[in-house]
Amino acid sequence: MSSKDETGWLIKDVRVIDPFRNVDSIEDVCVDGDKIGSASERKDYVPVDGQGLWLVPRLIDMHVHFREPGFENKEDLQSGSRAAAAGGFTAVCTMPNTHPVIDIPSLIQWQQDQAKNMGLVHIFPIGAISKGQQGQELADLYQMTRAGAVGFSDDGHAVMDARLMRAALSYSTTLGRPIIQHAEDHELTAGGVMHEGSISQQMGLGGIPEEAESVMVWRDVELAGLTGGILHVAHVSAPGSLEALEYAKRRNLRVTAEVSPHHLLLTDAAIREWNFNPVTKVNPPLRTEGTRQLLIQAVRQGLIPVIASDHAPHHQDEKELPYDEAPFGISGLETFIGAIFSVFMVDGLISPLDLFRRVTVGPHKVLGIHYPGLTPGAPADFTLIDPQMRWVVDGKKFYSRGKNTPLQGTRLQGRSVATMVNGEWTMRDQEVLK
Amino acid sequence: MKHRALLMDEDAIRRALMRIAHEIVEHNHGVKNLTLVGIRRRGVPLSERIAANLMAIENEAPDVGSLDIGLYRDDLANRPFSPVNQTSIRAQMVDRKTIVLVDDVLFTGRTVRAALDALSDFGRPTAIQLAVLIDRGHRELPIRADYVGKNIPTSRLERIHVEVKEIDGIDRVYVEKMDVAEETE
Amino acid sequence: MQDLLDLESLSKQDIIGLLDLSQNMVEILDRPIKKVPTLRGKAIVNLFFEPSTRTRNSFELAAKYLSADVINVQKSGSSVEKGETLWDTARNLAEMAVDGVVVRHQVSGVPQQLADILDVPVINAGDGSHEHPTQGLLDALTITQAKGSLAGLKVAIIGDVLHSRVARSDIWVFLALGADVVVSGPPALLPQKYEEFGVEVTADLHRALTDADVIQVLRLQRERQSSKELPSLWEYHLRWGITSHSLSWAHPDAIVLHPGPQNRGVEIDSEIIESSRSRILPQVRNGVAVRMAVLFRLLGGGHDE
Repeated sequence: MSSKDETGWLIKDVRVIDPFRNVDSIEDVCVDGDKIGSASERKDYVPVDGQGLWLVPRLIDMHVHFREPGFENKEDLQSGSRAAAAGGFTAVCTMPNTHPVIDIPSLIQWQQDQAKNMGLVHIFPIGAISKGQQGQELADLYQMTRAGAVGFSDDGHAVMDARLMRAALSYSTTLGRPIIQHAEDHELTAGGVMHEGSISQQMGLGGIPEEAESVMVWRDVELAGLTGGILHVAHVSAPGSLEALEYAKRRNLRVTAEVSPHHLLLTDAAIREWNFNPVTKVNPPLRTEGTRQLLIQAVRQGLIPVIASDHAPHHQDEKELPYDEAPFGISGLETFIGAIFSVFMVDGLISPLDLFRRVTVGPHKVLGIHYPGLTPGAPADFTLIDPQMRWVVDGKKFYSRGKNTPLQGTRLQGRSVATMVNGEWTMRDQEVLK
Repeated sequence: MKHRALLMDEDAIRRALMRIAHEIVEHNHGVKNLTLVGIRRRGVPLSERIAANLMAIENEAPDVGSLDIGLYRDDLANRPFSPVNQTSIRAQMVDRKTIVLVDDVLFTGRTVRAALDALSDFGRPTAIQLAVLIDRGHRELPIRADYVGKNIPTSRLERIHVEVKEIDGIDRVYVEKMDVAEETE
Repeated sequence: MQDLLDLESLSKQDIIGLLDLSQNMVEILDRPIKKVPTLRGKAIVNLFFEPSTRTRNSFELAAKYLSADVINVQKSGSSVEKGETLWDTARNLAEMAVDGVVVRHQVSGVPQQLADILDVPVINAGDGSHEHPTQGLLDALTITQAKGSLAGLKVAIIGDVLHSRVARSDIWVFLALGADVVVSGPPALLPQKYEEFGVEVTADLHRALTDADVIQVLRLQRERQSSKELPSLWEYHLRWGITSHSLSWAHPDAIVLHPGPQNRGVEIDSEIIESSRSRILPQVRNGVAVRMAVLFRLLGGGHDE
């Protein structure tokens, strides 16, 4: 139930960065009810001073884990949605590795209903590729699409069975929705808990070679070629994966990929610095400086059109475990903007328009979701960002139940200061309003 | 400010150690069944010199061993960590022997107490005697020396420094007085 | 020095200090009464989450020779088995006023994690594939006793180096003391990246053993077969086993070490274990001395300046 009070807002003198319209200029943005309005129509707008701030429409994080149903001690739809609002997101895609797995239309529908009731963030659910994410039988992808699923993934696990993957990819051509692969050869990663390299060998921790990912990406790219299917590679973290993506691009295959902020900001050296504290444990693992630079390069060149958090909250008790036994995952929603700003903006590696393209137009295109940009009549979904704000990450203050972040204590620059969804503020001054 | 005063020079030390050697021979009717045990660190070269003196007097050398009492201290918790040195005593040097413990300075008696404890872990000597170059008083335990190079009444604010050629490159004993202000720091 | 968690981060000076101290502790083991009062009134917990009778006994005797009181906590039958986390177990023990904790765990890094939450010294008695610092020290002590010094020696470490905590501690201490280190074994079980630290990595046993002064033979874990990294044990023996034949490639005075327990006829032949080349029994004795030295270093004395 979205309330329809006819409040009008006028964000004045704000730097609008609208990748949907390819606009980067100082403008006034008006909100009329739940839609973007035009300044000439009304005179009773509540003014908001936007000087020094950036306004970006429809920031979407296409890879989050909200854990509900089944693991509400880690996160639920509400705590996750509040974390999204705090982080500056107006939309998220929830991954289906819950308990039960999101593999039937009613669960897809249920998530969206919950999101509407809360009014904190749009939820575009991802359904499972295989029933129960067991990697055996294809789930009912068509019915889930009709219920609102925007993509399919067995995330958390790879689809190891090439035949099943072939079937999913070829079926995707009839749905217009991507098959999102968590690319990992589980035989090669068995026993691994961090990047396989000199640091894993020094620390005596089980290694996950980059090739465990890239062999799977290469296989899937070949299958995308075979089927014409829509493949999206989640959280890439390996040079070989980038080469496979380049190959796919040359062949004009329908292949896209995303990268997570922690892979752009941190390396496996963090595992040493954190002295075996499992807060650094994430899958795919933090890689080397060389790979990090290649990933940054791939984002700049557009080879990677999406940045997504892979927000994976865990309960504190689970991170107070021996490294091997702790679960993989980083709580990433609330550090997202600061992290990508610190990687790209501080040194001017990419234009603001191109950076935010990867969190707006990029994922919308991958998922086949339409959003017109800041034009009158469009849903009033946008985020105000203070590009100068310097702040220190403190997981204890997260809205997410997952306080697990290797950025704890890190100084970042750039932070969302207000989020609006359907014409209503969901967050202002780091305070979530619902 | 520190004030130093020389108490013994090389000759004085040499004469004192020779006198101690004579007293040991006289008291024990020779050097048979005698073991000298130097307490680490400066008791060790002193014990070796006394042994050499005994050899010169009696033409017979006693057994000589060294003992580090670091593991027997009763004040470990109040001191910074300090490593222990080699102890070179064997049971056959202790059982049914007369031991002469040799140390540089006798002060509170706690080092000697620790050395007595240590010796008892090696065996059961017939008797244990104590030889020191300096006795400066201020005993905290019922311990006395059998052979003393020089008695020097001191105040607790003074420090006695014994230096030997084998470790310090020079033979001398001097006293260092510390200002009260410094002591109370 | 507050804890002993690894040898990698230890300075050469600290290592030499511990080895000198260990050498002086060896003498105590020769005494009729092998007990000194040094740690009287101190309590030490052996927290062993992975079964290891030998290392636990060695630590226990070391503590007892120093007059400390020791309790042994094992995984089976403990509150850990009843679902208590390791962290809570450690906090509870600390609350009982223990003065030191010796930890053995199958996961790398657990001693470090415990040291982060405990105020008392933590001693790593072997963690996962990470380190086994007292083993590294006792190996260095054994070699020093036989050869005078490690400087300039060629030390070959043979076997599953990748998964071996012993090898890792050995490598750091041998490098710190100036040895040339070469590791050899099946390529899948070698830490290839160790070349970055100046270690020669080769699958060629002949190359590794040629002119070696010291050969450390690692125990082969039989699980390596089920994890698809090895053919048969016999084939392993043929290619990387230490036999009188392969030993003939080494320096004529080469000594052989093994952290035990040995798989006779797999990584090492019985005749080598029983030969004059073997320093396996001195290793065991030195192990007690090294652990006494470590306990004394960490618990025997007030706070470091």
